[in-house]
Amino acid sequence: MQLDVAVEKKQGSFQFAAQCNLTGQRIGLFGPSGSGKSTLMHLLAGLLKPDSGHIHLDGLVLFDSRAGINLPPEKRRVGVVFQHAHLFPHMNVRRNLLYGWQRTPAEERHIRPEAIIEVLHLQHLLDRGVNLLSGGERQRVALARTVLTCPRLLLMDEPLTGLDEELKYQIMPYLTAVFSKFAIPLLFISHSLLEMRLMTEQVLVVEQGEIKRQMATEELAQSAWAAPRQGYVNLLRLGRPQPQGDLWQYQWGDVRLVLTERAESEENIFELDAREILLFKRHPEATSARNLLPCTVRRLFTVGNRVRVEVQCGSQQLIVQIVPESMRELELAEGKEVVAVIKASAFRRLL
Amino acid sequence: MSFLQPSDLEAIFLSFQVACTATLLSTPLGIGVAYLLVHTRIPGKSIIEGIVNLPLVLPPVVVGYLLLVLFGRRGWIGAWLLQYDIQVIFTLTGAIIASAVVGFPLLVRSIRLGMESVDPAYRRAARTLGASGWDAFFTVTLPLSGRAVFAGMTLMFARSLGEFGATIILAGNIPGVTQTIPLAIYEYTSSPGGDRKALSLCLVSILLSFVVLLASGAASKTLDRK
Repeated sequence: MQLDVAVEKKQGSFQFAAQCNLTGQRIGLFGPSGSGKSTLMHLLAGLLKPDSGHIHLDGLVLFDSRAGINLPPEKRRVGVVFQHAHLFPHMNVRRNLLYGWQRTPAEERHIRPEAIIEVLHLQHLLDRGVNLLSGGERQRVALARTVLTCPRLLLMDEPLTGLDEELKYQIMPYLTAVFSKFAIPLLFISHSLLEMRLMTEQVLVVEQGEIKRQMATEELAQSAWAAPRQGYVNLLRLGRPQPQGDLWQYQWGDVRLVLTERAESEENIFELDAREILLFKRHPEATSARNLLPCTVRRLFTVGNRVRVEVQCGSQQLIVQIVPESMRELELAEGKEVVAVIKASAFRRLL
Repeated sequence: MSFLQPSDLEAIFLSFQVACTATLLSTPLGIGVAYLLVHTRIPGKSIIEGIVNLPLVLPPVVVGYLLLVLFGRRGWIGAWLLQYDIQVIFTLTGAIIASAVVGFPLLVRSIRLGMESVDPAYRRAARTLGASGWDAFFTVTLPLSGRAVFAGMTLMFARSLGEFGATIILAGNIPGVTQTIPLAIYEYTSSPGGDRKALSLCLVSILLSFVVLLASGAASKTLDRK
């Protein structure tokens, strides 16, 4: 997707101005509430009219104040999944799903309803009234309804906010499954850094009605570390496990990890807090921890009484958080060989 | 002597005919006016609203008289209609027009409240799913205000059944042509010895109103369940 935006919009005393030129498939819009994320989303979808400027999507002019072009929402084919789903309460799930599909020109319909119903496991819900759905089911139906319009771009406005933690991580695999299967460009709005890291590759940081920065999501996660009391979580994508005694062994790049938790799918995401990793100068003879990874220090970065250590384990990278005193005792420096020690129970499964 | 006279049955039938026709004809117009008031930004909205609501606060006799002026042989509309051989005053059409004008504000008011209470987010969602403005109105906003439309129709129907002042001026009190239940009761009470007959029609009137209330309650429950 190629998105070129330069717009201005004044709403009461709130002044919004955005300028960006993006290329990518999964882009995040990150910022605190009230920063203008939703305004930008409404401007892109055509639900709000900019005061001036232009919006081009993949070479198509959606809005241009000089040329007097303002495509109505139904002509833009920009899909929106709203925070509160907004399923039509007077229709059952099936009719909600087909609402957009029936209004999509036949030559644009390249996603079959049966396919999305299967991916999102909606089969048993089809004849139900939407008021009888749980929060997670509502979001799945809303997602399917929008995906069926085969949009050029899919906007998701904090679709996971308001769902409890557990449910969030139940829904995310569905989201990733949909995007990898149907290859729809995504603009994901959220104020949760973790959601951003799981869903997007690059982010626009929106603050006070402006796009302040544009960067890779991982870069944002690492820069957030400098703020006081912000930790860092390593996200590890692990394949299908093999049993090893009463534990489970996973392949992580060219490294083998031993975990207490079992995962079922082909790809699983685990989080590992940077503070849960111990560094040793030499290989300890015996330890209760199950993972001892020889690695090389890449970079060191100190903020206050915390040191962030980037280490390379084979082909993979880990971020470790230690205190300055340990750094001195270990004589850490870039290029030094160390052993990272991680308990099998330190990993927490997200997806 | 039987409970009801043959002419009473005629009055009951006429009342129904007038109330049904007035309500059914007004509903599309009422939806249109409510749409204008809720969803558009036309200038002079409050004036339109005032004109629509005026019959609600004016004495029905005044409304009837104004209609008589408009639809009379020399009135603006009356003279024009006469060219096509259509006469309004002292006909069933007149009774229907009187009922429609007096009941219209109740209809619009109810539909409007209903439309205003529909979350605009549904409309926006429909638009992003590919529905044009009209499409979204007919498939989302209108069905979601269905209960309010129905409630408005019930109110208007009940109001039409009881309409007296405007009708007697515009359509007169002609048995078998424009004499509805209230007009028949009026005639009985103003003629000697008509008390008993008036009372029986009053009972019919009470019964009818009660049936309308029950029916509307039952229907709105069914709509709720959907």
